[in-house]
Amino acid sequence: MADLRINGVTKRFGTLTANDNVSLSVAGGEVVALLGENGAGKTTLMNILFGHYVADEGSVEIDGKTLPPGSTDAAIKAGVGMVHQHFTLAENLSVLDNIMLGTESLFSLTSKVGAARKKLQHLAKEYNLEVHPDALVGSLSVGERQRVEILKVLYRGARILILDEPTAVLTPAETEQLFVNLKNMVASGMSIIFISHKLHEILAISDRVTVLRHGAVVGEVATKDADRALLAEMMVGRKVSRPKAEIISAGEPIVELEKISIKGDKGMPMLLNEVSLTIRQNEIVAIAGVAGNGQRELAALLSGMQKPDGGSLLVEGKPVTKNNPNRFLQMGFGRIPEDRHHTGTVGEMNVWENLISEKLRQSPLWRYGRIIDFDACRKKAAELIEQFDIRCNGMETETRLLSGGNMQKLILARTLTADPKFILANQPVRGLDEGAIAFVHEQLLNARASGVGILLISEDLDEIFSIADQVAVIYHGRLSPLLNVRETDIGTIGAMMGGHMKEVA
Amino acid sequence: MDWLELFISAGFWAAMLRIAAPLIFGTIGELVCERAGVLNLGIEGIMTMGAMTGWMWVFQGGSLWGGVMFAAFVGAMFGLLHAIFVVHLGLSQHVSGIGITLLASSLSYFVFRMILPDSTTPPKITPFQPINIPGLSDLPFFGEAFFSHTPLTYLALAIIPVAIYCIYRTPVGRAVRMAGENPVALEAQGIDVLHIRTGAVMVGSALMAIGGAYLTISAFDAFFFGMINGRGWICIALVIFASWKPGRALFGALLFAGLDAFQVRAQQLAGGAIPYQFFLMLPYLLSIGAMIVISKSMRYPKALLVPFRRGDRI
Repeated sequence: MADLRINGVTKRFGTLTANDNVSLSVAGGEVVALLGENGAGKTTLMNILFGHYVADEGSVEIDGKTLPPGSTDAAIKAGVGMVHQHFTLAENLSVLDNIMLGTESLFSLTSKVGAARKKLQHLAKEYNLEVHPDALVGSLSVGERQRVEILKVLYRGARILILDEPTAVLTPAETEQLFVNLKNMVASGMSIIFISHKLHEILAISDRVTVLRHGAVVGEVATKDADRALLAEMMVGRKVSRPKAEIISAGEPIVELEKISIKGDKGMPMLLNEVSLTIRQNEIVAIAGVAGNGQRELAALLSGMQKPDGGSLLVEGKPVTKNNPNRFLQMGFGRIPEDRHHTGTVGEMNVWENLISEKLRQSPLWRYGRIIDFDACRKKAAELIEQFDIRCNGMETETRLLSGGNMQKLILARTLTADPKFILANQPVRGLDEGAIAFVHEQLLNARASGVGILLISEDLDEIFSIADQVAVIYHGRLSPLLNVRETDIGTIGAMMGGHMKEVA
Repeated sequence: MDWLELFISAGFWAAMLRIAAPLIFGTIGELVCERAGVLNLGIEGIMTMGAMTGWMWVFQGGSLWGGVMFAAFVGAMFGLLHAIFVVHLGLSQHVSGIGITLLASSLSYFVFRMILPDSTTPPKITPFQPINIPGLSDLPFFGEAFFSHTPLTYLALAIIPVAIYCIYRTPVGRAVRMAGENPVALEAQGIDVLHIRTGAVMVGSALMAIGGAYLTISAFDAFFFGMINGRGWICIALVIFASWKPGRALFGALLFAGLDAFQVRAQQLAGGAIPYQFFLMLPYLLSIGAMIVISKSMRYPKALLVPFRRGDRI
């Protein structure tokens, strides 16, 4: 049984205070959940506990002994094990290599691989975490990799297990299995610190919840006295409820697709098969469907990155002939791409550069058409950061360092302030926390009220039913007729997503 | 002229091993550095330094093995310098490496001239002599080709299995590989990434320097200007050719050396009908061809060239 105490930890990165005088204690056999929005400082705190970072103030004690700061080795020896959100595994190395690393004296001339394999197999059986010891990590699925991470920690004999957003990459079934395993570990006397922003998981697994907001502890509550609403309010700092769409009547058609087709690779089925769709002003049209049914191609088409093989695309009644992203921006298309890291922002560039990146050659940011006016750009960026509450360490920060929610705010700021007529919102809230989801939905609804037509591509039916006006289901490249969201229900759409189109249509 | 005779002459095969030996030292040295995630472009200079210091040790009255050790020590010191720049300070590995090459080469010539200011013909030492392996060296053909070499040549061949064992079978080898794949994972297992990388660069650089010393105290008996002549760069290419695997590095070094041994003899055989520059070009041309073929199956260390800074946001 281990007793962990974090005393008054403060950590700053430049001018950003990631942790502000945070204290936390965990007793043996206890599951403590660390709840907070993205960027609240949960991971930073755990990285300090595990010795990746050195705290500016405060200390970590285990069983009354202070851990030397900045030493992962000391943390491991004291019984701390961490399963990082972004796995710390080498793909080119075998499972066994990954696990054995650091378990033997570096200067020993031999490595006891046989004994290690036995120990690993024993652990795998005991905790029901089957994995092939000699497989290359690169060949494993995400769920299997997480098992390797947990085995790695168990192999080191950890008594305090830190799990950083462990379910972010798992399917619901894998999550359930993980929870069963965790409960076994707790029963054997381990303590667990469970980091998450998913409320139902925290309610299901923890004994106690500590809530972090803007780097500081804002409350602590026993799980049995907590419910979703209370936790959500503590996390966000105010009552959050996802906004609902008010009924307003749609205006003129903005974007019309007429029998658009996109061919697949040779011998493969059509990616889009005679898709027809109209998006009007003041309207959110949702495309529901399981990923990989043609959403990607539809999004590429509407960003100007893909030419249709058949059919036509009309914008305000005029056919579009030139497919290039810049022209689409000029026509008043805004886009919120599916992958904000790769197609939404340039991670290595500054926040301000990303904020103005779709406003190239526009005055007043560009002078004489070609020369960037840095002062004007920075001024504009400062306004947007203020207006959209983008939390970053100044506008010169590299964009990749932003949390998911703040990156999405950056993209929204860029898109919404360009006065778009049409917005393509592709999975706009994937991976975001409650506060950020509410913010994104609110912004999309405001845009709709001001006359923008929005196409929302989503796998999340809750999202569709709270903000969309009309919904169509995409399945194997074919689109169902549009249904009024207020006249259908989740069950019907769910069945259509599974391919049961005909019964409905 | 008889081309076939060339390949069945023991001299050809013996020459191949002689040419390959310094490349093996250099390639394994570079491989160790790169496996830990550090490109070491200082290799050309470190080999020059090794050639000079190893020779100078012997010329000043030291033993031959003492020369090897001294060259290795000096090489490791240059490795440490490179490691301070790129591992501890996180500077550009390319810039530091080229800097080390320029510094070490120039310094070698400078020190050589300081100690021997007015020698017009390079002074000579008594280099390593071939050791005939009892029994085996009397074999026809094989004896002359493979079992009558200097101790340093045998050492080069022995380095390969040792390197394979160390990299794949020991805890420190595992740590080196992880440093080149995912340094955060190494730290997460309680090992200091900077120590591992520094150590690997020093050991690798020591091997490179031994490769240089091979030229002056085993293959030849003197040190002269420009004697490394791009061998360091060949080693860099061989590491890629080998896909960062020591066994394949041996194969690559032998292949290149074989081509080199072949081109020297082919020049004589062709006897002026084809300009000799063509033959000089052959090994390089074929190396490029081999690299193109091999590039598809390459599996490079994921964290090669990526500096690791403690406490950075991860």
